[in-house]
Amino acid sequence: MSEIVKFLHYSGYGFIVLGVIFDFFGCLGLIRLPDLYNRLQAATKCVTMGTCSIMFGVLLITGFSPQGMKALFVIIFLILTAPTSAHALARAAHIAGVRLWEKSVCDYYREDKVLNPPEPKAGEVLPTSHPKDEE
Amino acid sequence: MRVLSWLLGILFLTMIVTWILLSPPLSFLIRCFYIILLCGILCLYRILKGPTAADRAVAIDTLGVLIVGFCAILSLSTGRSWYLDIAIAWALQSFIGVLALTKFLEGRSFDE
Repeated sequence: MSEIVKFLHYSGYGFIVLGVIFDFFGCLGLIRLPDLYNRLQAATKCVTMGTCSIMFGVLLITGFSPQGMKALFVIIFLILTAPTSAHALARAAHIAGVRLWEKSVCDYYREDKVLNPPEPKAGEVLPTSHPKDEE
Repeated sequence: MRVLSWLLGILFLTMIVTWILLSPPLSFLIRCFYIILLCGILCLYRILKGPTAADRAVAIDTLGVLIVGFCAILSLSTGRSWYLDIAIAWALQSFIGVLALTKFLEGRSFDE
């Protein structure tokens, strides 16, 4: 085994350890934080970063084999889709009427929806808002 | 009471992680494997206890991304590359499933 391959192996295992640590702290935030939005931030960012790091470790260890190429594909796919699903979840939870934590400071999305509703265009029907928004 | 439950949780997690990291006959990848299993159990706790439906959806999303990493470590430790095929398929299905759940939470129908 040459020196470069040995170095790639050890750095790959280092990336796997980093990813497992990120996964663990993301799940700790998922059970510990007080609010849905805080939990969403901790869980989604940390766990996506951790899984991408594990996949990069697999890519470094196995090199340009079929396994490594599949790992690269999973990295690209996760980076594209995980923020999309997190954004959709936060928006859906806000529309469904999930409250913020009572010590939260500001809520710009609610201010935009309640105080400055968008002008309806001609022939467009706005979606009906949730009854909790009119309180 | 809150401080007591907090301390109990810290003690419990520290005991489990110490047991995983210090128990002698395991290899390195199997220890990583057990820690990701512990993370999955924490997600299951949030799914059981979550106050609203959106909390459960967040935990399901997180669990899906965790299982992708789990499959990667399995493929390294066993040397079989088809575990990564499972990871790709799981990532796709998890993404589509979470989008369907968000449509359901917003109160719209699925083909809108």
